[in-house]
Amino acid sequence: MINKLYDSFDKAVADVFDGAVILIGGFGPADGCPSYLIRALQRKGAKNLTLVGNGVGQGRRPAPPPGAPVRPGPPMNIRRPPNYDDSGLLVQNGQVSKAICAFPGHSQLGNLSPFHQGLADGKITLEMVPQGTLAERIRAAKAGIPAFYTRTGAGTIIAKGKETRMFDGKEYVLEHAIKADFALVRAHFADRWGNLVYQGTSRNFNGAMAGAAKVTIAEVDEMVELGKLNPEGIATASIYVNRLCSRKDSREGP
Amino acid sequence: MAERLDEQTMALRVAREFQNGMVVNLGAGTPVLASNYVPEGREVIFQSENGCLGYGRIAQTDEERDFNLINAGGQFVVGNLGMCFFDHAESFSMIRGGHIDLCVLGGLQVSEKGDLANWLIPGREPGAIGGAMDLAFGAAKLLVVMTHTTKDNEPKILKECTYYLTAPRCVDMVVTDIAVIEVTDKGLVLKETAPGWTAAEVQALTEPKLIIPPDLKVMSL
Repeated sequence: MINKLYDSFDKAVADVFDGAVILIGGFGPADGCPSYLIRALQRKGAKNLTLVGNGVGQGRRPAPPPGAPVRPGPPMNIRRPPNYDDSGLLVQNGQVSKAICAFPGHSQLGNLSPFHQGLADGKITLEMVPQGTLAERIRAAKAGIPAFYTRTGAGTIIAKGKETRMFDGKEYVLEHAIKADFALVRAHFADRWGNLVYQGTSRNFNGAMAGAAKVTIAEVDEMVELGKLNPEGIATASIYVNRLCSRKDSREGP
Repeated sequence: MAERLDEQTMALRVAREFQNGMVVNLGAGTPVLASNYVPEGREVIFQSENGCLGYGRIAQTDEERDFNLINAGGQFVVGNLGMCFFDHAESFSMIRGGHIDLCVLGGLQVSEKGDLANWLIPGREPGAIGGAMDLAFGAAKLLVVMTHTTKDNEPKILKECTYYLTAPRCVDMVVTDIAVIEVTDKGLVLKETAPGWTAAEVQALTEPKLIIPPDLKVMSL
């Protein structure tokens, strides 16, 4: 019987090695971040990781000093889903040596985030990639395409040092597939084969990354019986998923 | 000098460019505000690079907030009939494949030739490209909305951009807090001025020479 479900997030990331290249899904404050897998990876402590994702995450804010007045903002200011951690946690924990992303964020002068501090200290390197080129470099890896030409970046600093070629009178830039070791993705439901269904805009990079690394690990809210997912509605086919962890059913679950 | 338009009014002016049936992508900041001002009787489909086609206005209340429904600016939006979801690779196939009719982006600088710089403010490295480059290259029409000048009242519409480019020769139209300007082969054409502003006052805050057509209008708001 095929069953890709692990009963523990820690076990699912146990073989993540120092120096691994890791795709991590998610976008902005959407509830599409594999937060439990990220925490497991923090516990695992693998170092010199290359993170690939839209951004590098915010990490955790330092706890207010004891006795500080609690000042709750208006409800709409709550910017993060419940029970949330992002890849910034790995940055804060000193596990990241490189980031490949589209949105590293503008630095705040005098108040550098752990990521920007890492850049300033030379401990982290950054490869900034236009978001669509990033998505396509991930998709190319998934589809067995080593490189492709794109208009995006032609005539800008992004094309510096890259091969270019003219097609129909326009300049295109050669971009390479990203070879990744692990993909950490988040979905809503899965069956034991690894078919995935997402929720709304939480699909984002998760759907693109599933299947684009040597090992894809999916964190889902809940497992359902094989056959319960509508075949017409499955967003990621089981072939792209190697391991599953369920928030509801894992040891580290809520 | 007359007052400048505020951000919401600029967004409202931008929304006048939405034609019936258009697929429109709105960048973060002022552009996404335009989703609240679709002119009555017109139906447009908003595309968001994080994987949504057909979302509605920006959510206003706590009850409307849904962590599975955000736009590219990270704002909560409400659903709409006909809406669908997809992943990032599919989303950028739409953008890079030329399927977006109109894209609205913020800007730091726009040149006379329609070059756009909007992702790195010097001194605030590394900046953030996000999806702006793909959109600037891929959308059929690109509208930039920005304040006409910097905080120090220096022009942002220049002969040449001095910041790193998002894309060369990509901008079709600029909506600012004092004017609407079209980028043409002949140069920048001043199409509209904000209420109370003269063409000479707009020109004084613009580096390249503006072409002033006989049918110059005052922005109708």
